[in-house]
Amino acid sequence: MSSTEITLALAVFLASAVEMVEALTIVLATGATRGWRSAIEGSAAGVALLAVLVGVVGVPLVRYVPIATLRVVIGALLLVLGLSWLRKAILRASGHRALHDEDRVYAETVASLEDTRSQRSGKALRRDALGFVVSFKAVLLEGMEVVLIVLSLGASANRLGLAAASAAVAVLVIGAAGVLVARQLSAIPENTMKLAVGIMLTSFGVFWIAEGMGLHWPGSDLAVPVLVAGFLAVTGVAVAGMRSLARHAPSVGTALADRGEVGR
Amino acid sequence: MTGWVRRAVVAFGRFWWNFLIGDTPELFVGTLFVVGAAWLLRHDRAAGLAVVLLLTVVFLLASTFRGRAAADAAPVGEDGRP
Repeated sequence: MSSTEITLALAVFLASAVEMVEALTIVLATGATRGWRSAIEGSAAGVALLAVLVGVVGVPLVRYVPIATLRVVIGALLLVLGLSWLRKAILRASGHRALHDEDRVYAETVASLEDTRSQRSGKALRRDALGFVVSFKAVLLEGMEVVLIVLSLGASANRLGLAAASAAVAVLVIGAAGVLVARQLSAIPENTMKLAVGIMLTSFGVFWIAEGMGLHWPGSDLAVPVLVAGFLAVTGVAVAGMRSLARHAPSVGTALADRGEVGR
Repeated sequence: MTGWVRRAVVAFGRFWWNFLIGDTPELFVGTLFVVGAAWLLRHDRAAGLAVVLLLTVVFLLASTFRGRAAADAAPVGEDGRP
């Protein structure tokens, strides 16, 4: 495997894992309140639809769109997505934005679904339309971003199979972890993973935009890990700078820094 | 246009709007600048790569700084965070 392929597989795996954790939190809450059969069936239907989307959109994309055009468009999409994730991760790491809390999402979902729970009996075995729809939507909505990443990275590097396989492995690993740890999804370092994915997507975005325009990077594929290291350094400086601002500005950041919560 | 088709089109449009622009339009504009700079400098490899990288970092830092100002101005929740 080349360095680009390893970075691609890692980026898709981490991005899929992050989105899977978010979807699984809602699926677990739905299963606990509305019954496991509907929650599992809804999730499976969502995953199946996402897999069909990858096949229906991805294969023609790779076969019929000129590779240079594909790389520029996909590079731009990856850059928008990567910068957005990276910005959010920097704000979270520097204490300017609340960390994503799966325990809170779980509690809120259970509370919203529990209202009608008492009206049902034998919930573990019967089908429940609301449980099915909530699980299906959670998997579909969280999975759409994964589909975009799989299509983008897979198509631009002409490794759609590798990208799809990495996403499938992430779904299996996080699914297994969900079964084992049940509600303890908050133990998964989701915010750190998001920061890593943001750095990788940004690196791939910059790499493909330039390559698509005919600006070839020194070292060819080896430029990708160098770009990742460079954006990691920029992120480190940005987090340190934002923390410093939090300490000096009369703002929420100051309050958090005083309480030792910045960068948690 | 039937009801469900219209809803599907609206949902599709909303997805792409939120995906590309959302609450960080500056990142979308920044990406357009990066693509434009790469196209303009496509015959000068060294300058093209340098400008693409520089613009990416500048837009990331500017957007993060804007996000920090917005977050600090937002009301604080029970956990002490915006």
